[in-house]
Amino acid sequence: MRSRFTDDDAEQAAQLLAFAMRPRLLPSRDNAYRELLRRYRHDGAFRTLTGRIAAGLGLRVLGEHEDIGLAIAADGGSPFETRMETYARRTQKEGGYAERFLHGIIHLAVAAVSFPRPDDLAEDEYVGRVSVDVVDAVVREACDRLREKAASREESADVPSDAPELELAWHAYANRPEAFPTKDKRRAMNTTKGMVSRALNFLAEQGFLTPMKNAGEDVFQTTRRYQLQVRELAATSAFEELVALGVVLPMAVTTGPGTVAEAPEDV
Amino acid sequence: MAEIALHTIDQVTIAMDFDAGAEHTKVLEQVKHFVAAQAPDRDDAEHAAVADWVLQRLINVGTIERGFSWHYGLVGDEGTYDRFEFDFKLLVEQSTPDGFSLRATDEAINVLVGALDTDVESAQIAAEVKLDNLIRRGRLADAKLAAEQARYRTVQYGETLRRYLDATRRDVRTVDWERVVPDLLLDALEHIEGRYTAEHAILTNITAARDDSDDPRHKQRAAELVEIVRDCIRRHMQLQKAVQEAGDQFRSEQDRQLFSGEPQRAALHLHGQLLVPLLGLPVGKALGPVYDFFRGAVAPAPPEVPTLPSLVERLLQRPSEPERFAGEVRDPQFDPVPERELFTPEHFRLASEILSLPGGSASLSDLLARARRHEPQVARLVMHRAAHAFNPSVGDAVREHVPEVLIAVPTGDPLHSPQFGGDELWLTKAGVRPVVPGSEEPGTARHEEFGDEISLHG
Repeated sequence: MRSRFTDDDAEQAAQLLAFAMRPRLLPSRDNAYRELLRRYRHDGAFRTLTGRIAAGLGLRVLGEHEDIGLAIAADGGSPFETRMETYARRTQKEGGYAERFLHGIIHLAVAAVSFPRPDDLAEDEYVGRVSVDVVDAVVREACDRLREKAASREESADVPSDAPELELAWHAYANRPEAFPTKDKRRAMNTTKGMVSRALNFLAEQGFLTPMKNAGEDVFQTTRRYQLQVRELAATSAFEELVALGVVLPMAVTTGPGTVAEAPEDV
Repeated sequence: MAEIALHTIDQVTIAMDFDAGAEHTKVLEQVKHFVAAQAPDRDDAEHAAVADWVLQRLINVGTIERGFSWHYGLVGDEGTYDRFEFDFKLLVEQSTPDGFSLRATDEAINVLVGALDTDVESAQIAAEVKLDNLIRRGRLADAKLAAEQARYRTVQYGETLRRYLDATRRDVRTVDWERVVPDLLLDALEHIEGRYTAEHAILTNITAARDDSDDPRHKQRAAELVEIVRDCIRRHMQLQKAVQEAGDQFRSEQDRQLFSGEPQRAALHLHGQLLVPLLGLPVGKALGPVYDFFRGAVAPAPPEVPTLPSLVERLLQRPSEPERFAGEVRDPQFDPVPERELFTPEHFRLASEILSLPGGSASLSDLLARARRHEPQVARLVMHRAAHAFNPSVGDAVREHVPEVLIAVPTGDPLHSPQFGGDELWLTKAGVRPVVPGSEEPGTARHEEFGDEISLHG
């Protein structure tokens, strides 16, 4: 087993992962990257080696394409993980739970707005479009529907004073103002629109979204890399956890091949 | 202070309509007048400061949620006493393309109307019946109050519908377009129609009351009422337009959002299967899946500083200053390009010798034949100079004191030459007489002279 790989192979595999760590670097712009990626595609043993090195570093290879390079993501606990605590810290002034939850749900909402139909997520050529106002409006809308439903069941959404973690998620979002001006008349960062703007710019920095010129402020379009990442990893792992919590039905409950079971939370 | 607060909410509610919110500055301006009326002995700056302070408190600036909460307790199902928080807001700020605006919440409007959580539609009808009655009985003070209430209701109704239409525009699926929406739109249209008739009837009544009345205070109140009811009618028209366009909006949105081909492969419906279920969970429970999504949806980030030694090294690194100059600009050096001489001095000498016409005159064909004996280049030179001699620049020759010029005259025959074509020329020489200063205009006269001389030589 050990004799199958040389020292050079190991170095090359590690180098490929190093390239993949920089999602803005594209194989079409770097010859060495392109060569390594070609080897990865055609050499099964090299592919295995790369996968194992990645696994050792707490990374997961999601897929590859010559347009996007090797797509990797960090697993929980990996040194390469972007921790929510770190991400939220830059704007966080008070309140732990709600703040981090809002940042997370906003990232999910960005994906949901980018790929509104299951097909959009499945089809490689699809390019989504997303803007701050739409993301915020979509989440608020979902919150409104949930509020109406809670009201029709005569359930109270008021938070027990001694257990803030029992606050309902939609209540937490709806209660946060969408925007208010700071002293210098800019949008404050700890409002929902401020957070959405932050998320979009963060994703754009990583090359997952590209700002659209001529489309006004804060409008972005999705890249293939982002689509792959959401489809292959983010959505699936979050969904699995939801299934484990018993909140939604597993995907196996389908009415036919290729169709998706409607969520029981049908609003 | 409470009165100013109510007045502020009142101003925001009146200023906001179907599409836009109220502007901070305008609201503050209005409220300032009210404050000034309360305390006329204070100065203008203080009035503005008070108005601003009240507005800030109503938004509750300074808290992260910008809202209010009220603690209350309930005896639960198992007989335990639980404490809850009731959250509410009065004025909310929104971002608009050109800044920020204010909107009054339903709670705030309810405060104005003095009722909590009443059904919008029946409250509206009640308000109008009351208004109608009061006007008929001539109690205009009460009628004004009722009319204002009716206006708040109208605004509130507009808010409900606006939110609803916005949602449709964004995502058709969040809304039941089979039963709920058509019913609601129908109800809304009916409601507007009904209100429109009612308000017009009321308007006629008040106008009559205004015109019939002799009491100036009565007249004044009636005039105010007319304004309020007119405002209501305007708002209803606005609302009606939006409702009528809703159907078209839905159809085009449906075309855009829903129709698509067969699913390519099984994929999740992010909105329906993740976002909405997660929003329905308590925050504590939803955190896990949300974290999972976040971790998966961002790229791996290499730790900025992996080890302590590299951190130290990085901190101690001299900042690299960019060079001010990029370097010297080198003067370009050009290689001399040798000029190619078509004719050598030897060629010129030979050509001049031939053209000196030892025999007085000669035909070009003969001269060319003679030149070809030396070199083809000489023949070309002779040909060239003979052609120039066809119409010699006599004026230049006179000015430069050239003793004689070469003159060519066509003979009418073709040239006999293997190399060149054209007319045969007869070449001869003419002497140039020096210019006599003060003589008449040169050119014409000299031409005559040359004519003579040519005949002499020829």
